[in-house]
Amino acid sequence: MNMLAPKPAATTPAALSTPADFAALPKVSRLRPVLAQLLPPLLVVVALMALWQFAASGPNATLPPPSKVWTDARDLITDPFFDNGGLDKGLFWHLLASLQRVALGFALAAVAGILVGLLIGTSDFAMRGLDPIFQVLRTVPPLAWLPLSLAAFREAQPSAIFVIFITSIWPIIINTAVGVRNVPQDYRNVAAVIRLRGPAFFWKIVLPAAAPYIFTGLKIGIGLSWLAIIAAEMLIGGVGIGFFIWDAWNSSNLSDIIVALTYVGLVGFALDRIVALAGRFATRGTSAS
Amino acid sequence: MDRFLDISQLSVAFPKAPVPVLREIDLQIARGEYVSVIGHSGCGKSTLLNVIAGLLPATAGGVVLEGREIEGPGPDRAVVFQNHSLLPWLTCYENVKLAVDQTLSKAMSRAERSDWVLENLALVRMTHAKDKRPSEISGGMKQRIGIARALSMRPKVLLLDEPFGALDALTRAHLQDQVMDIHASRGTTVVMITHDVDEAVLLSDRIVMLTNGPNARIGEILEVDLPRPRDRLALAADPRFVAARTAVLEFLHTRHANPALAAA
Ligand SMILES: Nc1ncnc2c1ncn2[C@@H]1O[C@H](COP(=O)(O)OP(=O)(O)OP(=O)(O)O)[C@@H](O)[C@H]1O
Ligand SMILES: [Mg+2]
Repeated sequence: MNMLAPKPAATTPAALSTPADFAALPKVSRLRPVLAQLLPPLLVVVALMALWQFAASGPNATLPPPSKVWTDARDLITDPFFDNGGLDKGLFWHLLASLQRVALGFALAAVAGILVGLLIGTSDFAMRGLDPIFQVLRTVPPLAWLPLSLAAFREAQPSAIFVIFITSIWPIIINTAVGVRNVPQDYRNVAAVIRLRGPAFFWKIVLPAAAPYIFTGLKIGIGLSWLAIIAAEMLIGGVGIGFFIWDAWNSSNLSDIIVALTYVGLVGFALDRIVALAGRFATRGTSAS
Repeated sequence: MDRFLDISQLSVAFPKAPVPVLREIDLQIARGEYVSVIGHSGCGKSTLLNVIAGLLPATAGGVVLEGREIEGPGPDRAVVFQNHSLLPWLTCYENVKLAVDQTLSKAMSRAERSDWVLENLALVRMTHAKDKRPSEISGGMKQRIGIARALSMRPKVLLLDEPFGALDALTRAHLQDQVMDIHASRGTTVVMITHDVDEAVLLSDRIVMLTNGPNARIGEILEVDLPRPRDRLALAADPRFVAARTAVLEFLHTRHANPALAAA
C-alpha cells in the first residue's frame, strides 16, 4: 500500500506544472500521433485526385475530372444552404431531409429491435420460434420492401421510413439477443449470491452486460439505414439526397452527382462515428476487462 | 465440536459424467474457524465451494449452515471468485454498493449503507481507488475489491476460491496478511481454496486435503495449532510450521501425486 501512496499525486493536474523535463514530454508525444494519423490519408487523397484528374482528362473521358467538377458545381460545394424553392435547394437541405427520415426510421428500429432482442434473448421458446424467420428476413434487400410498403402506406414519406425501419432492425434484434444470451456466468453467479432477481437483475446485470452487443447492432443498423435511404429516395422522389442524385443523373449533371456522393460518404461516416462514440460512452470499461 | 457449517455425506456428480467428482465428503467447521481446502487441479475444490455457496446442487448429502439446510445461493455465504468477477461497468465503490444495497437495505439507512461501503473499502485499503473502474486497477486491487464486496454482505461464512492464485508473490503475501487481519478483527468463518501449501499453513486453523478426482474424498485433515497473530517471517523457521508444511507436501506429492504428472 505504501508504495501506491504517491500515485494519486502524479495523476493530478498539478503534475503539469512541474519542471521542464516533464513539460517537454507531452509536447512531442501529442503532436506526432496526430500528424501520423492525418498525413497518410491526406497524401492518398491528393494522389487519388491527381490520378483522377489525369485519367479523366483524355478526349474520350466519360466522367469529369476534379477541376471540371469544381467549375461546374462550385455553387453547390461552397453554399450548401441556398433555397430557391421547390427542389432547387442546397445540399444541406437535401441531406437534412434524408437524415430526418433516417432518424425516425432508425429510432423506431432501435426501440423495437432492442425490445424484441431482449425478449428472444431471455426466452428459449421465442428464440427457437423467431430466429429462423429473422435469419431469412434479414437477407431481403432494402429496396425489395419498397413496393410492398408503398402499397401498404400509399404515401412516399412513411414508405421510406418503413424501408429504413425494416432494413436496420434485424442486426439490432440479433445482436441484442446474442448479448443477452452471452451474459457471463460469473456475473450471473454474483447476482445469485446477492439475490438480485427479476427486473433488478435485468436492469443491473443483463442490460449493461449486453450493451456492447446492442451497440454493435445499432452501428450496423445505422449504416444499413443510410444505404437504404439513398436507394429508396431515388425511387420515391421529393426533397432528399437520393432524389437529388437521381435528378442530377436525369439532367446529365455528373459534377453534381460527384459532389453529392462525397457528401453522402461523409455523412455516412459521421453517423457511424456518432453511434460508435455513443456506444463507447455507454459501455465505458465493459469491453476493456 | 460446534457444527456451525456441517457438510455431510456430500456427493456431487455432473450430468453426463459417469463418476461423481466428489464422493461422500464429511466436514464440520466451527464458528470463526479458518479452513483451507487443498488438492491438485481439477480434483473438485471449486465444485465443493460452489455447493457450499449454493451455486451448484448436491447430488447426494447436503450442507447445513447454523441448523438450516442450504438450498441456493445467498449473501450469508459470500464468495470471492477465482477470477474476481467484478462488474466492469461499475466503479469499485458501486460494485460494493450494489451488494450492500441488495443485502442490507432493510438493516441500514441509505447514509449508513454508503458509510458501510466506504468502511469495507477502507478495510482492504482501497479507498483511494473507489471511483475507478475494474479495468483501471491491477489484479491484486480487483481481488481486494472482491474481498470487500464479499465482506460487506456481513456473511456468516466467507468463501474464497483461490483468491490470490493469479497474483505475484509480493502482492499475495500482502493480501494474505490483510485477510489474516480481517479474520482476526471480524471473526468471520472462512473456507478458502488454495494451491499454495505455505498459504494454507500460514492462514488456516485446519487444512483439508482432497484426494485426486474423480471420486475425490477427504484424504486427511491437518490441524495447524500455531498461535495467532501469525507472522510470516517469524514462522518461516518455526519447527511446527515446517512440520505442517512437510505433512501437506508429503500428502500432495508422495501419497497423492498429481495424476497428470504421474501419467507423463
Ligand atoms: N459444469 C461442469 N460439467 C461437467 N464437469 C465439470 C463441470 N465443472 C467442473 N467439472 C469437472 O469437475 C472436476 C472438478 O472441477 P473443479 O473446477 O471443482 O476443480 P478444481 O479443483 O477447482 O480445479 P482448479 O484447482 O484447477 O481450479 C473437473 O474434472 C472438471 O472437469
Ligand atoms: Mg477451481
